[in-house]
Amino acid sequence: MFEKALKGSRGYGIWVAFLLTLTAVGFYFYLRQLAYGLGITGMGRDVSWGLYIAQFTFLVGIAASAVMLVLPYYLHDYKAFGKITILGEFLAVAAVIMCVTFVFVDLGQPGRVMNVLLYPSPTSILFWDMIVLNGYLLLNIVTGWTVLESDKKGVPPPSWVRPLIILSIPWAISIHTVTAFIYAGLPGRGFWLTAIMAPRFLASAFASGPALLILFCLLLKRITRFDAGEKAIQALAKIVTYALATSIFFVLVELFTTFYGQIPGHMDHFRYLFTGLDGHRMIANWMDVSAVVACLSLVLLIIPRTRQKESLLALACAGVFVSLWIEKGLGLVITGFIPSPLEALPDYIPTGPEIAITTGVWALGLLLITLFYKIFISVRTED
Amino acid sequence: MAPTRREFLKIAGVSAAGLLLPPWAPLAAGQSPNPAVPPAAGPLPALTARRWAMAVDAAKCRPGCTDCIAACHAAHNVPDFKNPKDDIHWIALEKVGHVFPAEAHSALPEPLRALALPVLCNHCQNPPCVRVCPTKATFKRADGIVMMDYHRCIGCRFCMAACPYGSRSMNYRDPRPFIAKLNPEFPTRTKGVVEKCNFCEERLARGLFPACVLACKEKVLSFGDLEEPGSEVRRVLERGFSIQRRPELGTGPQVYYRL
Repeated sequence: MFEKALKGSRGYGIWVAFLLTLTAVGFYFYLRQLAYGLGITGMGRDVSWGLYIAQFTFLVGIAASAVMLVLPYYLHDYKAFGKITILGEFLAVAAVIMCVTFVFVDLGQPGRVMNVLLYPSPTSILFWDMIVLNGYLLLNIVTGWTVLESDKKGVPPPSWVRPLIILSIPWAISIHTVTAFIYAGLPGRGFWLTAIMAPRFLASAFASGPALLILFCLLLKRITRFDAGEKAIQALAKIVTYALATSIFFVLVELFTTFYGQIPGHMDHFRYLFTGLDGHRMIANWMDVSAVVACLSLVLLIIPRTRQKESLLALACAGVFVSLWIEKGLGLVITGFIPSPLEALPDYIPTGPEIAITTGVWALGLLLITLFYKIFISVRTED
Repeated sequence: MAPTRREFLKIAGVSAAGLLLPPWAPLAAGQSPNPAVPPAAGPLPALTARRWAMAVDAAKCRPGCTDCIAACHAAHNVPDFKNPKDDIHWIALEKVGHVFPAEAHSALPEPLRALALPVLCNHCQNPPCVRVCPTKATFKRADGIVMMDYHRCIGCRFCMAACPYGSRSMNYRDPRPFIAKLNPEFPTRTKGVVEKCNFCEERLARGLFPACVLACKEKVLSFGDLEEPGSEVRRVLERGFSIQRRPELGTGPQVYYRL
C-alpha cells in the first residue's frame, strides 16, 4: 500500500515538499544543537525543561484521539465510527512518533539513549513511559495497518487483531497516566504535586485529540472525496464538548484547593501562571488567551445549533486545540519551574533554533499524517 | 596534593575519634567492608563513614566571603560561563529568605535576614533525584553520598526537575574552555550531562576533608559521620537547635543549618 503515498495531485506534492523543507530546516538546527549543546535553547539551570518536553506532554494527549473512536466502535458497536477509526489510529501513530522525537531532541547526550535499556530503572517513571509509549505505537501501527489492508482486499480483518485493539484501550489510558506521573510524583514541585494531574491529562487529551481529528475530517471532506459522515463528526463533537467541560472543571478544582488552602508554595505557581509574578507575565499572557478561547469554544460546542454548523464547529475545534496547546504545550511544564526552589523568577524564552527544531518535529509529524491519510483515502475512495 | 598542617590535624582528630567506633566499622585504609567506598588513593588512609553529613554554623559566616565556592569550583573544574542561564555551580550563597522561605519572617533581625547561606547538594537519605534517574547515572552510596556517573548520564534532566533544592546543574555547552585553571586530579565533564556537589568523595578517598570545609577560615562548615557520636558534625549539632531545608518532603537532607 505504500506506493499510494507516492503519487498524488500537484497540491499534494507541494504540501509534502513544504513539510519536508520544514523538517530539513529543523534537522539542520538540530545538528547545530548537537555541536553546541542544549545551551542553544532558552532552557537553563532553573527552567530545565522547555518547549520540547512541553510538546511531548501535549502530543501524548493527541495520541489519545484513537481511543475515543476505538472504544465506541469496538466495545459498543457504534457503527458511525467504523469509517474513521483508522484515521484515529494513524493520528495516534504520528503523535507518538512526535513524542518520542521530542524526548530525543531534548537529551543532552542523545548518543547514550540506549542506556535507558542497558540499565533499566523501574523506579524511574521515564523508564515506564518509554515502555507504554513504544507499546502504544506498536499496537496502533499493527492494528491500523492490518485493518486497512483487509479493507483493501475487501475481507474482514483477521481475528487476532481484535484483542490487540481492545488492549489498546487501557493502553491509551496508561500513556496519559504514566506521562502525568512524570510530574505528579516530584516532592519539591508544588505545581505538579497533585493527584488530579493524571485525570486532567486524560480530560484535556480527550478534548484536544478528537478536536484535531474533527478538523482533519472536515479538511478531508473539502479536499478529497472522503466524507467521514455527519453522524461520526457530531458524535466526536459531543466527546470534545464533555471532555473540554471536564478539563475546565478540573482546572477550577485545582484553583479552589490552591487559593482556598493558600499554601504559598502552591499559590505562587498558579499566580505566575494566570496573573504573572512581579511583572513576569509572559506565560500569563498566553494563559489569558487560552482561558478565553477555551470558554468561547465551550459555548460554541454546548449550544446544539452552533455545534451542528460545520464552520462554527471547525472554529470551536481549532479553539480547543489552540487553548489546550497553550495550557499543556507551554504553561504546564514551564510553570512547574517558576518560582525556582530558591524563589527565583527566571524567564524562559525559546530561542530561534529551538523554535525551528520544534517546528521541524511538528512538520515531521504532519508529514507522517499526510502520508498515512493519503494511503487511507486512496484505499477507501479509489477501489 | 600534600595535606596542609591544618588538614593533617583534622584527619588526626577524626582518626582518633575512629577508635571509638564499633568493631565492625572500618579503621584501616583499603579494608573498607563497603565495596561502594573506594580504597585509599593516596598516602593517607581513606576516610569512611556510615553517613556523611555537614553542619553549617551560619552565624559565623563572614559577609562577602566566597572562599568555600572558590575552593570547591577550583577543585572540581567547575566552569564559569558568566551567564546565569547556563550557570553551573556546586555550592552557592543564597539569602536566608530564599533558603528557608517558610522560616524567614519579617521580624527577624536585619543581619540575619541579610545573611547569605552556603547551599549545596543535601546528599539526601531518600533522594528524589536517584529515584527518577532512568539510567541509574545518579546513585546513592552506602555512606550516604549521592553521586553522578558522568559517563552514563543521558542528559534528560529529570533529576533537575526532581531536586527540591535546585542543587543540580546541566552542562548546556562544552564546559572545558570556561575552566579558569584546570585541576588535573579531577575529571572535567562533557556537554550534555548533569553535575553537582559530591561531598568531595575523591578527597575522602585520599584521606582529605572536603575542599569547602578546609577553605572556610571562619569554620562555618563542619563535616563528619552523623552516626558516630563525637564526630565534628555531631559536636556542632549537639550545641543547639538546627534545621534542614524542607525536611517535610521526606528527603532526609544531610546538610544541617544552625542559625
